[in-house]
Amino acid sequence: MIEMLSERVNGNADLVRRGRYVSLTFLWGLGDDDYLVDIRDGRVEGVAKRTLAMETGHFTVRATADVWEEFWQPMPKRDHHDFFSMLSAGIAQVDGDLLPLMQNLRYFKDVLASLRKRN
Amino acid sequence: MPEYEPIVGRYFTMEVAGEAVRIYVEEAGEGVPLVCLHTAGSDGRQFRHLMCDPGVTDHFRVIAFDLPWHGKSNPPVGWEDREYELTTDLYKQTIRAFCAAMDLDRPAIMGCSMGGRIVMHLALDHPDEFRAAIALEGADRMAGFYGLDWLHRPDINGGEIAAAFVSGQVAPQSPDEYRWETLWGYMQGGPSVFKGDLHFYWVDGHFDDRSSSIDTSRCPVYLLSGEYDCSCTPERMLATADRIKGSKATVMPSMGHFPMAENPAEFRRHILPVLDEVRDQGA
Repeated sequence: MIEMLSERVNGNADLVRRGRYVSLTFLWGLGDDDYLVDIRDGRVEGVAKRTLAMETGHFTVRATADVWEEFWQPMPKRDHHDFFSMLSAGIAQVDGDLLPLMQNLRYFKDVLASLRKRN
Repeated sequence: MPEYEPIVGRYFTMEVAGEAVRIYVEEAGEGVPLVCLHTAGSDGRQFRHLMCDPGVTDHFRVIAFDLPWHGKSNPPVGWEDREYELTTDLYKQTIRAFCAAMDLDRPAIMGCSMGGRIVMHLALDHPDEFRAAIALEGADRMAGFYGLDWLHRPDINGGEIAAAFVSGQVAPQSPDEYRWETLWGYMQGGPSVFKGDLHFYWVDGHFDDRSSSIDTSRCPVYLLSGEYDCSCTPERMLATADRIKGSKATVMPSMGHFPMAENPAEFRRHILPVLDEVRDQGA
């Protein structure tokens, strides 16, 4: 799924506009794999699987592959329908410098949800 | 003439904790007074659908006021040098002052989220002043999951962060129009107000050690919680209902934390039977 991230985000002009002040890399943990998501001016410029231990981002969002899979369903089950609901339910984690995440919270929630499957 | 909604809004000034506060109140309908309390960080507009529903307003005088600091109610004079923080006592005093100022005779009281918590405090401490307490998304024991300081600091837009924090509390099944109207209410809150409300909701308002003392024969208690509410979860609501002997609990499927605002058509299916019961008890 994550290989579709650039297309899904960059193809959504409103999402890019809301993220126009965001230029950073964050780490997205999907089960056993971590991905570095590079964002410039709200556009996803690159998604790369982490290969080196010292590769990191401003902040990390993390959950199991099963949790993300349910999160991306067109109508997710309770506790899986929103990243903060996942945090509340204890099935996702966030670490690092949260300030840019919080300053652009709607944008980042929408980036994570951009991979939601479409009916 | 435009096709006016039946809602009428007015202002008055009342005294709370020794201070004058200018209050905005809306109402519609005739019959049993039903005082409605909005969620933390929002205002009484959340009840607009209930006030335009003849199934409710044919039997109830639905009254929703904005708490001081919220919506079109003012903060007390001198607010500019204070940090707003809602406590259980201040919240109870405010509601009782409002009901007294409005000269209401044993109103039913319904609140959502922090409003859902406080109506149970009122049922415990002042059971003879209210004919029923309806707690939407309310529990006697809550657990916070984010730091409140994020909600009020100069490098984060307070309105946008409040809305983004609670957006996941709206169920995915709720219509987009009402999802975004609900979130707009959050975006319009004054600085620090949502944070100050959450002091009551997450810190000061716990009373799971006393909630079992509520006498539902004097003040019946109804609890309703949405399946997708990740703050007052169905589990927290049901645990509260277990402690309050004689209370009646309903889990609303496919519903989030703002039932009357986020999905009015679905909410009325759950609330009309409760309101019928409240009316029958008064007969």
